[in-house]
Amino acid sequence: MSPAPLAAAPPRVVPLDVRLSAPAEPEVDERTEEAVDEATLADTPWQTIVWNDPVNLMSYVTYVLQKLFGYDKAKATALMLDVHHKGRATVSSGSREKVEGDVSRLHAAGLWATMQRAS
Amino acid sequence: MRYVAVLERPEASVLRGLMGQIEQMLTGRGAEAPDDELAALTGIRTGPSTPPEDPVLARLLPDFASSEEKDADDLSSALRSMHEPELIEAKRAAIATVLTTCPAGGGRVELAPSQAEEWLAAINDVRLALGVALEVTEDMPEQLPADDPRADHLPVYHWLTWLQDSLVMTLTG
Repeated sequence: MSPAPLAAAPPRVVPLDVRLSAPAEPEVDERTEEAVDEATLADTPWQTIVWNDPVNLMSYVTYVLQKLFGYDKAKATALMLDVHHKGRATVSSGSREKVEGDVSRLHAAGLWATMQRAS
Repeated sequence: MRYVAVLERPEASVLRGLMGQIEQMLTGRGAEAPDDELAALTGIRTGPSTPPEDPVLARLLPDFASSEEKDADDLSSALRSMHEPELIEAKRAAIATVLTTCPAGGGRVELAPSQAEEWLAAINDVRLALGVALEVTEDMPEQLPADDPRADHLPVYHWLTWLQDSLVMTLTG
């Protein structure tokens, strides 16, 4: 089963050119720009956010970040402290599918995690 | 490598009792999953698209999308129905491991590394559930005033916190 295309790019609108002898150059520029915009939207990476909560232990959060993402102790501890002091931290990023899997694994471990597009 | 712990009879009894309660709640939630023909045909299960109304289950199975994300509700609904069945299964499997490895009358618990990890996840889920039920805050006192209805239950929460932290220290130490 494939995910519902909720965040899909808007349908591609192909401008219909009815001019018989249209100048080629501006048209090419327009299409290129449009293609770049669409590519940028599709490439916008997603981020996995872990939020602070009153129950999860600092030691456990550090352990989970090491275990799930292969971070060394220093990096996992720094991320855990960000969650603790700032209320949230971005713990991973990438394609929607990758981040979706990361959020799922964090939920299995009991951490409060969500995903969003990088701003 | 094996990890060994020794639990007193009342400790084992409390732990198993709480695990059983969470297991029941998760099983109940799992039964809410739509039982459609497509799932029967493909073997791919889908879960409910709305969050649990019960606050404990809602904490164990949170939304996927950040509230600041555009179309957060739609995205969370779609991802919930796709991932919730496997999340419930993973949580139930972790609880099952605790129930199989923790003797009902207490005593020696011997765990392989993968079982120790399941213990950690299951204990964390029980702590999350108690955290909701007891309205735990970050600066929760060791004891609550005797007239607080939560006073009698807080020691269990603190014991589980200690147990979990000890296990993390053992696994990382």
